[in-house]
Amino acid sequence: MRGYAGKFLEVDLSSGNIKEIKIGEDILRQYIGGRGLAVKILWDRLGRRWEDVDPLGPENMLLLLTGPLTGFMPGGRICVSGKSPQSNGIVGSTVGGEFSIELKCAGYDGLIFTGTSEKPVYLSIKDSDIDLKDAGHLWGKNARETVLTLTREWWKDYGSLHAGRGLLKEPAMLYIGPAGEKLCRVAAVTHKWAHAAGYGGYGAVMGSKWLKAIMVKGTGPLPEVHDMEKTVEIADKIVEAALRMDLFRRWGTASAGYTTGAESSSEPVMNWQEEWHDEESFGVNEFERFWVKRFWGDYGCPITCLKIAVIKSGPLKGAVTDNPDYENQAYLGTNLGIFKPEGNIYLTALADDLGFCGIQVGNLLGFAAELYQRGILTREDLGGIDLKWGDAGAFAALMKLIVERKGIGDMLAEGTYRAALKISEIKGVDALQYAVVSKGIGIGAHGIRSEKDYPHYVSYACSVQGGDHTSVAYVPIDHGGSELAAMLYDSGVFCMFTFFSPETQRLLWSFLESVTGWKITPEEWYNATARRILHIQRAALLLGGPDLRWNPKIHDDVPKRWYEPLGKGPFSGKAVDRDRMRESISEYYRAAGWDENGIPTSEELRRLGLDDVDERLEHIRQSLK
Amino acid sequence: MSDGGLIWIYRNYEDCSGCRRCEIACSLKHEGKIWPEASRVRVFMLVPGIEVPHLCAQCHDYPCVEACPVGALSTSKETGAVLVDKDKCIACGKCIDACPGKVPFIHPSDNYAVICDLCGGEPECVKACGKGGWNALQLVRRWGGEHDMKLYAKTPEKITRDLVAKLYGEEMAESV
Repeated sequence: MRGYAGKFLEVDLSSGNIKEIKIGEDILRQYIGGRGLAVKILWDRLGRRWEDVDPLGPENMLLLLTGPLTGFMPGGRICVSGKSPQSNGIVGSTVGGEFSIELKCAGYDGLIFTGTSEKPVYLSIKDSDIDLKDAGHLWGKNARETVLTLTREWWKDYGSLHAGRGLLKEPAMLYIGPAGEKLCRVAAVTHKWAHAAGYGGYGAVMGSKWLKAIMVKGTGPLPEVHDMEKTVEIADKIVEAALRMDLFRRWGTASAGYTTGAESSSEPVMNWQEEWHDEESFGVNEFERFWVKRFWGDYGCPITCLKIAVIKSGPLKGAVTDNPDYENQAYLGTNLGIFKPEGNIYLTALADDLGFCGIQVGNLLGFAAELYQRGILTREDLGGIDLKWGDAGAFAALMKLIVERKGIGDMLAEGTYRAALKISEIKGVDALQYAVVSKGIGIGAHGIRSEKDYPHYVSYACSVQGGDHTSVAYVPIDHGGSELAAMLYDSGVFCMFTFFSPETQRLLWSFLESVTGWKITPEEWYNATARRILHIQRAALLLGGPDLRWNPKIHDDVPKRWYEPLGKGPFSGKAVDRDRMRESISEYYRAAGWDENGIPTSEELRRLGLDDVDERLEHIRQSLK
Repeated sequence: MSDGGLIWIYRNYEDCSGCRRCEIACSLKHEGKIWPEASRVRVFMLVPGIEVPHLCAQCHDYPCVEACPVGALSTSKETGAVLVDKDKCIACGKCIDACPGKVPFIHPSDNYAVICDLCGGEPECVKACGKGGWNALQLVRRWGGEHDMKLYAKTPEKITRDLVAKLYGEEMAESV
């Protein structure tokens, strides 16, 4: 096997038992790594009783998986997965950074956590030197303090010229903030200070296992590849293509905070009541004033689209975060009625520090603010917070209530969808109509009503990752913008931004071969490999449980909000058309090999050797008839 | 930079993006592999966002060369780089102790000291950094500026603390 370290580490947190396991080449050839492999492992181990597995219980697993291309493909990431406490399905949630590189250099392709610890622990890996350590002193600590404390402790052990061999670089860390510890379903698994695997809510899974952090240092090289010369040659071409993305490199996604509103009219404004704004105060030029670093990237990244923003004076002094990138600009900015960088940078830094996913918590805060605007939630309900649009201080206060699970915060910590169900029940209203989610997952900050942005009718309605804007359904299904293509970068595992250029997409197959030695053609990928991943993810989503299940007839849809016409801007009056939506969904079902109710057909599943998936779905097929 | 004379890798830490393409270029050149801990330039990140490319500064008095008990270290007349004779080196670590910046280290899988050799005059790390327009590492001639390069031989902790103060502010520097 080439491109792989060749072994995985399995950690049973209940017993503290740690062992190395191997996964056969036939499985890796079919499921690659990252999301694909996570899906396979989860299905094999939990598929039979999927509906009963509590995502926040000891039975769930937490997977951190690299892929064969990780480290070789410019822009390495790691894929975090498990049964999602948001969708009750499987989400492959990736995060950039050095963790994946260090892990492979330590000799492991991935980490598999089972069971649950009885007290806070963190896992420390230095090559084959592996230790579960007490994390009592870290529990309750915010991101900033967690990282600094762990680095200090490491430096004490290894920074002082370890064994006369000189300095080692610091280890890479994945960790949770208080949001994960408090089992907030909108909690992220975090790296550095602003890097998050947010979709899926795996921060809460880590919290449920009392696993505060994992740190890893590998001193070896990346694994052997099939053909190093060719690997370097193609990687160079991919770098060249990426370097041509001049303005994207300069601004990252931070230019979109203005343009997605002003030009494509698809940016969430005040919980998606509007999708248009032309606030020049939110232009990238205004954000640039706060940037202390103009290119910031992770291992091997040619694009370095992140930037570091710091507030150096005034009442919000001390906030440090990335650009913020577009998703955070939108969700912790315009979605909350904030149109100036300061408040947005401050809230993004706070979300990072508390361990929230900026998208999910921003979706939740916007939802709460609309309920307040409509008088459904009162100031008393909100613990005295006057949750007015544009008031960063008020949103910060609510974020703190959520992380402390105080008052209304306890309900909101369950995420937008579950909170909406609860509030509907208590207040006797339909709060779900204000929840902009798909399959329990807050939808990324790219709307479809104007039809000027990249997502389309089925993008979120049919995605196996719900609202995830990095994994959207699309027809034709073998297109570079489809969910099956997303499975390629999430299984590879590498960054979608290096995948943007058509040249890279063309080179990728020979790159995969030069690394692994496997000749995987686009036809094989789109007709077999990715389909297996798709169908298992779909099956897990439909089986769901234990608290919620999705009915395709109801839940393969976009939020009610998007059937309301846009109010302001050049596309005012545009809304999602219900008939067209049903037609588009049917078209997608057919393209995906799913029946008229959205269930993968027996024929399709058996063609791919997924007989057990077929059997597990039979009762759902019957119930929908 | 083919007009002869000693060269130096100028380092501007605050422009380092943390992409570590310098490490990839260096380890491919010297090891034929991508090997972060064997790279002659290593980017430390003791505080997120504060990346420190750490590499030999070619001190004028070469304390590492002086400290070597077996004569395994020498200097290149062409470039000014410290050269390690792998066969002579006994991996005793005296060069590490002698270095004010703790730059040298023992190869992760072998027993000899690793120090930047300036790639014989055309450092791959500089090329990789320049190609992406980051220019945190730049190749300069050593003449035209009388300066003791030893002042650049600092530990990653020291450089980090100063950079945190500059980029994030004094208050944050205190908590590091």
